[in-house]
Amino acid sequence: MPSSITSDIIKPPSPPRGGGGGGGGSDGWGASRRASMTGLMVLLAATTMAFAAFTSAFVVRRGISNDWVALPLPRIVWANTAVLLASSLLLELARHSLKSGRRSAFNRYWTAGTVLGALFLLGQALAWRELNTAGIFVATNPSSSFFYLLTAAHGLHILGGLTALAYVDVQALRLRLGPGKRTAVDVSAMFWHFVDGLWLFLMVLFLVWG
Amino acid sequence: MSSPVVHAHHAPQGFIRKWIFSLDHKVIGIQYYFLALFSVLIGMSLSLLMRYHMVHPDAKVAWFAKLWPTAAQGGIMTPELYLSLMTMHGTIMVFFVLTTAPQSGFGNYFLPIQIGAEDMAFPVLNMMSFWTTFLALVVMVAAFFVQGGPPLSGWTGYPPLSAIGPLAGPGEGLGQTLWIVSIAIFCGASLMGAINFIATLIDLRCQGMSLMRLPLTCWTWFVTAILGLLGFAVLLAAGVLLVLDRSAGTSFFVPGGLLVSDQILSHKGGSPLLWQHLFWFFGHPEVYIAILPGMGVTSQILSTFSRKPIFGYRAMVYAILSIGFLGFMVWGHHMFMSGMSPYSAMAFSVLTMAIGVPSAIKTFNWIGTLWGGKIHFTTAMMFALGFVSLFVTGGLSGIFLGQPALDLYFHDTYFVVGHFHMIMGVAAIFGMFAGTFYWFPKMFGRMMNETLGKIHFYITFLGVYCIFTPMHYLGIAGNPRRYSDFTNFDFLGKLLPVHSFMTQAAYGTAAIQILFFINLFWSMKYGKKAPMNPWNATTLEWTVPSPPPFDNFGGQHPVVNHGPYEYSVPGAPRDFIMQTDPVDVHAE
Repeated sequence: MPSSITSDIIKPPSPPRGGGGGGGGSDGWGASRRASMTGLMVLLAATTMAFAAFTSAFVVRRGISNDWVALPLPRIVWANTAVLLASSLLLELARHSLKSGRRSAFNRYWTAGTVLGALFLLGQALAWRELNTAGIFVATNPSSSFFYLLTAAHGLHILGGLTALAYVDVQALRLRLGPGKRTAVDVSAMFWHFVDGLWLFLMVLFLVWG
Repeated sequence: MSSPVVHAHHAPQGFIRKWIFSLDHKVIGIQYYFLALFSVLIGMSLSLLMRYHMVHPDAKVAWFAKLWPTAAQGGIMTPELYLSLMTMHGTIMVFFVLTTAPQSGFGNYFLPIQIGAEDMAFPVLNMMSFWTTFLALVVMVAAFFVQGGPPLSGWTGYPPLSAIGPLAGPGEGLGQTLWIVSIAIFCGASLMGAINFIATLIDLRCQGMSLMRLPLTCWTWFVTAILGLLGFAVLLAAGVLLVLDRSAGTSFFVPGGLLVSDQILSHKGGSPLLWQHLFWFFGHPEVYIAILPGMGVTSQILSTFSRKPIFGYRAMVYAILSIGFLGFMVWGHHMFMSGMSPYSAMAFSVLTMAIGVPSAIKTFNWIGTLWGGKIHFTTAMMFALGFVSLFVTGGLSGIFLGQPALDLYFHDTYFVVGHFHMIMGVAAIFGMFAGTFYWFPKMFGRMMNETLGKIHFYITFLGVYCIFTPMHYLGIAGNPRRYSDFTNFDFLGKLLPVHSFMTQAAYGTAAIQILFFINLFWSMKYGKKAPMNPWNATTLEWTVPSPPPFDNFGGQHPVVNHGPYEYSVPGAPRDFIMQTDPVDVHAE
């Protein structure tokens, strides 16, 4: 059984044909790659909707009552933000290396990006611990409820992204990153950039409204 | 591994890989279909219990006491038990029947074939999506067997009732928790399904299958998938907030100073209306998730059995798209009574009325399709015509409810119950029946019995009108919904004969469904062998054997040269041109 969802696209055996009518034509790697990209975009749309719902709840909940106390952001989240941005940058360097055929550079950059991603998650856990020590828990105030909720929901997406990054990394280190796996490289990197952007949005939300 | 020669893929041989954890979209479609059939039996039984109780609120039924030793002590159903039956009826019907069969069942089976693909874009994801739905159903049904029983808060799960735990009543403890968990799992399953449907339709269409050559069924499954994608993501988020309110002590939805059962709750500052906004942002598109696939099936069937092209194909496509688009902007019409600003109410009302335009376009085009056609009254056609009838009836009462001034009166009366059962419930179910009779030969390789089918149709059609039309009258007379007992109110007592009539009609309609089940299972084994194209229809599923081989087209790649509804084309050799017929078929 295929080990990842993106590698499990059906692969019609025929070689690419000239496009006839307006139909897509489910032929060869082109269709499987396109479907993966579409699937990713659709997934990101769903994630966006879920976080839009959380955001509107955040804004409404803050607006309707007078019990909201601003949450002192743990200092470590700034470091975490830098780590996450750096990991995205490393993944881009890795993809650039792969395009110009420098496989070992790809492996180094991609591994470093993945490690930084894991480091971000660790940093977020430390942020939670910092709040805990300060006596701020989930139910302490709506501001802290939302902080824990949003960081947890974002963390779950980070975890999913990390799994994809690690999968690509293992394939690369075991020299199994054939042309068919390039889609996995692109899809996981794009997902990672998205959760990176999502985190920047959440930081703005915490800073402006929190 | 991608060799250039055309070859058929071989189906997995083991029973488990072939029928249980199958990756084949056709098997998964059938799995979804039977999951919905199983669920509809539970949902229907619950509705019969409710209808019985409304007419005989004081009856002592021995087996009630056996089934529910605490909730029906001495065999008399408590109001709480009634509410829990109502909650489970609504939830199971909306999620596990109306969302599951038309979209995930028929859509899974026929979307890939109709666009000329071998399978869905992500078969493993497809399998996971079904088994996640199955898990959601198991968790939901489990609520019947826990202490306190199923929740009382309706399929809409309004807080504070749903958010404050066992204090709010039996079923509000573990039962409500299971309900939310089940819905969250279901959201995940629907999201996986939506990703698959959208990617498949966009990227796996065969050569020549342009967007404007898609059968209307594919258009409706596509738009439904988009609605599910955007809607279920929001419901999932709202469900997470509700779980936190219940178990982590947060106050998203629970207001401060709430006195429940002589206890002041520690929550403060939350807003129950916040839940309503999030819920109905999903809840209204959910109505279209239930009905759109039925519209697609109806279009397909009306065109096939009128032997005429669908009237205004492009208008139909734009109507489907605008119904989907507008569906996201009208959630506020479920909340006219929530104290919203009259200006917001007016905006929601105008947008709601606007949905009447694409809906009327569709109805007009259906009638235009029938006009002057050589109509074949097959059972599938009867159910499609029934769908149009129910859609019009249910739609008209929607115009009343969309007016804030009238809704003040109709809100929470049986008028609303009559409205949504007609349009969302029964119309969608008729779409499922129509689809079943139309596609059964393709799915199971045998024909269903037309005589049994027609008897089933006529009695069901009459029956549902007898059940749900009087509800409008009851609503106008002021009969509130969700009450378990009307005998203690003078003005409601006089309406009991109407309730009694509806209950009798419900018994009869439920009983005749046995005929459908007999027809379904008998035909699977003993029905007449189905040819490849029993209805002389044009779309791609009728170009392959019944049932289709494992990879649908036996390793061939279909090429589409025609639109989906080319019936009775002048100059053509037959009264239908299949989508794969050669371009110059007219010249022959």
